[in-house]
Amino acid sequence: MCRIGAIKSLDYIHPSLALKLMRSQQEGHDNSGFAMVMQDLGGNFEPYKHLPTLSMACTDAGIRIAENILHEIGFRRIVQWSPETNDWPGLNISAMPNYVFETFNYPYAYENLGQKEKEELLLDTRLQLREALEENEEGFVYSFWPDLITLKEIGDPHDIGTYFNLWEADDRFTAKIITAQCRQNTNYDIVRYAAHPFHVQGYTVLANGENTFYLKNKEFQQGLHRSYIGFESDSQCFLYTLHYVHRQLGWPLNYFKHVITPLPFEQIDKRSDKKQLLAMRQSLAHLEINGPNTIIGLLPDNTLFTCCDAKKLRPIVIGHDDRMVVFSSEICGVNEVLPDRDWETDIYPGERETIAINDKLEVQRWKQ
Amino acid sequence: METVKINNVTANDLPWKIIYDNERCTMCGSCIAACSFRAIKMKVEKRRKVVSEGNFPEPKAKFSAVPVIRQVNSIRDYCRGCGMCEKVCPNDAIRPERNPDSRHPIITRCLTGDSIKRGGRKNLEGAIRTLDSIRVGRISQMTDPSLDAQRHTFDLLAPFGRILPPGELPFAPDKDGKLITNTATPPVNMIYPIIIGDMSIGALSWRMWEAVAMATAYLNEECGLPVRMSSGEGGLPRRLLRSRYLKYMILQIASGHFGWNRIVTSMPDMIEDPAGILIKLGQGAKPGDGGLLQSGKVAPHIQAIRGVPKTDLLRPPNHQGLYSIEESVQKMFLSMNAAFKFRVPVAIKVAASSTSVSVFNNLVRDPYNIVGGFFLDGIDGGTGAAHEVSLDHTGHPIASKLRDCYLAAVSQGRQGQIPLWAAGGLGKTGDLAADAFKMICLGANGVFSGKLILQMAGCVGNDIGRCNACNTGLCPAGITTQEPQLAHRLDPEKVAQNIVNYFLAMDQEFKKLMAPIGNSTLPVGRADALISTDHAVAERLQIQHVC
Repeated sequence: MCRIGAIKSLDYIHPSLALKLMRSQQEGHDNSGFAMVMQDLGGNFEPYKHLPTLSMACTDAGIRIAENILHEIGFRRIVQWSPETNDWPGLNISAMPNYVFETFNYPYAYENLGQKEKEELLLDTRLQLREALEENEEGFVYSFWPDLITLKEIGDPHDIGTYFNLWEADDRFTAKIITAQCRQNTNYDIVRYAAHPFHVQGYTVLANGENTFYLKNKEFQQGLHRSYIGFESDSQCFLYTLHYVHRQLGWPLNYFKHVITPLPFEQIDKRSDKKQLLAMRQSLAHLEINGPNTIIGLLPDNTLFTCCDAKKLRPIVIGHDDRMVVFSSEICGVNEVLPDRDWETDIYPGERETIAINDKLEVQRWKQ
Repeated sequence: METVKINNVTANDLPWKIIYDNERCTMCGSCIAACSFRAIKMKVEKRRKVVSEGNFPEPKAKFSAVPVIRQVNSIRDYCRGCGMCEKVCPNDAIRPERNPDSRHPIITRCLTGDSIKRGGRKNLEGAIRTLDSIRVGRISQMTDPSLDAQRHTFDLLAPFGRILPPGELPFAPDKDGKLITNTATPPVNMIYPIIIGDMSIGALSWRMWEAVAMATAYLNEECGLPVRMSSGEGGLPRRLLRSRYLKYMILQIASGHFGWNRIVTSMPDMIEDPAGILIKLGQGAKPGDGGLLQSGKVAPHIQAIRGVPKTDLLRPPNHQGLYSIEESVQKMFLSMNAAFKFRVPVAIKVAASSTSVSVFNNLVRDPYNIVGGFFLDGIDGGTGAAHEVSLDHTGHPIASKLRDCYLAAVSQGRQGQIPLWAAGGLGKTGDLAADAFKMICLGANGVFSGKLILQMAGCVGNDIGRCNACNTGLCPAGITTQEPQLAHRLDPEKVAQNIVNYFLAMDQEFKKLMAPIGNSTLPVGRADALISTDHAVAERLQIQHVC
């Protein structure tokens, strides 16, 4: 079973905290990898929050291919950061030669264009880079988005932390939100793209479970948007549905739950909004999920949320104090990060709930 | 004693031979009374018996006249093998036996100069059924738990009506973040995924049709299963049209437009909308051929409901005046939509064909989102009456064609927009839940079934030539007849009870199939849940081959 976790804080936090959160749950997962998305960045990236950062792992040839493409489109590099790696013998990590985190200025032609045009350009560029690097497996492009960094690697999470020097907290590589998980895909082939968290246009999702409507979701999503590709993991379907419902259709977040786990027909029938709920259930029938699942999602506006399948077959707990909220598959993860919190205020979400945390760390609980 | 010439029609020319044991027969007459085909009769035979009564052999011939039951040697009144004689005989003295050397297909054509007509299903049995080579092979173990068929809740409803593409839903969030809509959307009814298929009053006896209607109402009102019944093309009793039970009926219109005068004139008095309108273009059992109600079944009440004289009712193979899909959309769908003020979904039923995907594509790409269901009817379905050559030699199996249509929708990102309903031999082995479930995994939203309903009512016909005499109006079970004496053999309440019980059993079995794959809602298109031991089937249907 996967273990997933997320931390949202009023202060900048270092990934070492996320590693602690996940390592405490190591008996529940198979320690086969570590992946995280950091959003609302501090440290080196804090001055460039409005500009897109590319997160990529690649070969030397991959760097050249990517830089040529970016240069051709007109992106201008502002800052580049590569983690100092400890390539000690005996570490269990399948490392790539290069880990690239680069922040760019938009092409001149886009400077006066609206946010939407810029966001489409970032997506198209990421897809173009991914395709170009895929050809000879020259690299993996995880995200290209403002104020967001993705790191994924295969191996033992502890060793990955050592390799990237993530155990030592500092104030150069920080963020206010970190989502993480410690397991490579076990349902399908082990590839870096299959590791959660997944990211599209500011939307990040990680999940613990198995989506048994994977085929239905995938067949439908393939035609919905150009960025719904890969499908290396059945959990990617949750991300694509979130992106589609919230961004493409423009529906509020609480409708995501109505789409993936619609209410039973007899309950819909008693609702004042039954027309909408029924039409949604019919038109988006192929985005419904089934099987045991818990989802953690992160929106472009930094809202962190969680919900689960309609029968609550996978666990999640939320602990918080005044300055930090922690989502974790197991309570030991929360205890590790927030040992002194009031545990009586921990939240165990129900099968029909969506729990969302806004930038003021206010907790919203929506009953479906 | 009658003289029989070798070229006369005799029992060994006919499909069934009556095996009769004079020793056991008490001449009670039950078999003759039960035989609706008049295929057996009583007669007196001369018997010669040699006896010797003394202490020494003194053989003498004794002659006697013995009353016996004998088969009628006629190509009109011939035994259909229904076995009613055997059922009613108290002494096991009589039974029909299949005649493997039958010359019936040849002599009937030679003597009548007319094509052979019958009811039932295709009677040419070949390899095992496609659906029987498929199993539900993706069982939840460990990573996703199986559900509990008894304790968990399941949501088994399917749409009847046009589903809008998500991008066309007229929703917008208000200031409180609630989605609101002020625009009308196409009508959609969520119904049980198994529809009782189209069998008309006329094809069925009025008592049988009433039994099905009763079962439908009972399933809805007492059992909580929103099962819908298609009227078939033969109109409805006015009493039903004006009742609240109309909401459980799908009204069918076919090329004969039979019964629609009565439906249209009843509209002002309707207190409920019907569940839907089904425009029938074709039928899987006799594709490309119109319906056939022979005059023997056009009784006075059928004449009244359909508004026709007593004559053979031959439905044209086409809707006259429709020459293209565009016209059909424009004329029929819009007029039907408009007739019920766009509150009632309108669907189309076609025979499965090599061209079904083209037809489906045309409908699913229609920008006005009009067609509310694609009912695809494959070969192997039953019928009340058709030419045997059509039944046995025309048509297209349903499994691959349904899959083709679903995958055509998938490739265009339009799956689910026109709900797919499939039929054609489903439930043929008695397991409708299994057949329906597999079809749903292949992409059907639901299925419809007719012949099986007749079998629930006591139809003894099968697919290897037994009975299949629905066309004659002489149904021995009182199901497809308008003869009062025969129709009264059928107890509508008992039949309704059988149908209700079958549906309740099937509903349980459905859950028993949903639970192991861990799904609480219908797995439409979940072909990954299926496996096949037949490589060709697996490849054709794009499911996993196993061995």
